[in-house]
Amino acid sequence: MTLQAFLLLAAALFSVGLYGALSQRSIVMLMMGLELMINGIVAAAAGFWHQVSPGAADGQVLVLVAITVMALEMAMGFAVVTALFRARDVDMADDAGDLKG
Amino acid sequence: MTVLFWVLAVAAVASGAAVFAVGSMARATFALLASFLCVGGELLLAGQHYLGVLVVLMMIMEMLVMAVFMVMYMMDPAGLMPMSMVHNRRGALIVSGAVFAALAAGVFAVPWPARRGGPPRDPAAALGQAIMGPKMLVMMVIGIAILATMIATVVLATRTGRYGEDGAR
Repeated sequence: MTLQAFLLLAAALFSVGLYGALSQRSIVMLMMGLELMINGIVAAAAGFWHQVSPGAADGQVLVLVAITVMALEMAMGFAVVTALFRARDVDMADDAGDLKG
Repeated sequence: MTVLFWVLAVAAVASGAAVFAVGSMARATFALLASFLCVGGELLLAGQHYLGVLVVLMMIMEMLVMAVFMVMYMMDPAGLMPMSMVHNRRGALIVSGAVFAALAAGVFAVPWPARRGGPPRDPAAALGQAIMGPKMLVMMVIGIAILATMIATVVLATRTGRYGEDGAR
């Protein structure tokens, strides 16, 4: 249980989530990818707290922030999907490209 | 302890990958839940008992909500009609593979600082003291962000939307 092990786990989770966020067509699946990326951040923060400075609470506070961000991202994502679905019957990222440059 | 760590780590990544590999959305949701539970287990192993249990309980609820939304919005929640759910798969694989390689290289190349001090006798109490003391700004920002999210989600999700009854559609 070294710091490197924790960070390697975090990197793997982050990359898997990034793949999902980039490749999925359904907005709900895309949000699952984002959740996995934040999951990696939780693992990294836990590792830093445990292996670098367990005396200070900073790592734990970071985990708390990441968990909150996860819940808020999910709530906002579903609200946006609801609004989009209600207005246009759209549930795919490809159909919601209005802001595409 | 180390063996348990690696078992949980491999399970977390494997179920995370399974999210995007299984055909049925319901299965994907529960694969994601399994990944979160494994990370919650890692938190417990790292001595963060309060946060570990918090992750486990919160993610169970969150994934149940997600399953409901899944059934509401997905065109094919049960995977009965096999179809491609991905776009630009090659590009996504290359980007995420490169990101993983870069992060893993950084993990082993960076000289991380040595461990300073030991964990407090009660990490949950230390966390509580921190967010009610020197880290109170974090807690205040979190609280306001949650309040703003609650208002914004309700405004976005109401039938009339944010433009009112006869607003622009």
